[in-house]
Amino acid sequence: MRYDNLLDSLGHTPMVGLPRLSPSPAEGDVRLWAKLEDRNPTGSVKDRAAFFMIAQAEKDGLLSPGSTILEPTSGNTGIALAMVAKLRGYQLIVVMPENTSSERRLLLEMYGAQIIGSPAAGGSNEAVRVAKQIAAEHPDWVMLYQYGNEANVRAHYETTGPELLADLPEITHFVAGLGTTGTLMGVGRYLREHKPGVKIVAAEPRYGELVYGLRNVDEGFVPELYDESVLTSRFSVSSVDAVRRTRELISAEGIFAGISAGAALHAGLGLAAKAVADHQRADIVVLVADGGWKYLSTGAYSGTLEEAEARLEGQLWA
Amino acid sequence: MAIEVRIPTILRTYTDGAKQVEGTGSTLGELFTDLEQRHGGLQDRLVDGGALRRFVNVYLNDEDVRFLDGLATPVKDGDKVTVLPAVAGG
Repeated sequence: MRYDNLLDSLGHTPMVGLPRLSPSPAEGDVRLWAKLEDRNPTGSVKDRAAFFMIAQAEKDGLLSPGSTILEPTSGNTGIALAMVAKLRGYQLIVVMPENTSSERRLLLEMYGAQIIGSPAAGGSNEAVRVAKQIAAEHPDWVMLYQYGNEANVRAHYETTGPELLADLPEITHFVAGLGTTGTLMGVGRYLREHKPGVKIVAAEPRYGELVYGLRNVDEGFVPELYDESVLTSRFSVSSVDAVRRTRELISAEGIFAGISAGAALHAGLGLAAKAVADHQRADIVVLVADGGWKYLSTGAYSGTLEEAEARLEGQLWA
Repeated sequence: MAIEVRIPTILRTYTDGAKQVEGTGSTLGELFTDLEQRHGGLQDRLVDGGALRRFVNVYLNDEDVRFLDGLATPVKDGDKVTVLPAVAGG
């Protein structure tokens, strides 16, 4: 494959079968598939959203060389934006929770982004709150706001969704991690339009208590992009289950993925078991949002599961 | 055996600090009403006008009840209910 530059190489990521994890890998039975979004320019599914958000902002005349972009992010979106910002001549400031892995920080700094830390308690809710405050104080800065920006959803509606259907017309389920909700909303809408009956399933990471440590319930936050009607179901997945499945991806299929992929796989395996029990054919695609590189320092890939769970407590691991 | 309900930090003022309480009922709504007997004020933090409050998420055996039957979702002994405030990832 040849491209004129890195940005043009966005998307068209591989979909690989998971024959050892699938209950019955023969065609016509219950099969699991992984869409490998680490094969994107900066290594995550967020490249799609970042590129589309910046392209739209440029089209709307909001950005010109020297502009400053501000964004709340737990890591991958910041990294994706940082790369594009570097190439296009924008300044990037990210607001990131303190309880994210050191690799994310290193990558952001490498691309020249400035990081403002937000308190660990409250996770991304706090990052959003702090970013909105800073944006109000700096009206000349551009906050792309991945939690409410339609270009985030559109990226998946126009690229991820069509790729999935082209590679697997017989798809029955799509499972992905739930964060900004962009992937599930975009892919979900696309697939539902073209494949009636398809199931769109969210795997929501369940963090340790610290992350849910809001001061009051009104500090709760639901991304503006979220439209419940696009989902078929939504599952909460613990860190220990996510880590267990991430390790299974490596040992059974050789795929080195980030921890949110383990969460999505956990939900996917539940769907597969149900399909088997119901004697239903299923082709279940699990989205692998990124590789495991940024999570090595979390200790999730070594030691016992209990040790990994303890180390992840209090961290925003997805 | 009853139904285990995990309570987030922010609502433990209603449970004397307990992170887990037990209750009974044949639906989620009945379970919350039952909990209210021993943990006064808790139900109002979870339910408003007959529906779950917007920034509260409830999971039955790890499945979001808004995709089951909401407050009418059937529950039984041995089930695990988890209550969490709405916190976004990304």
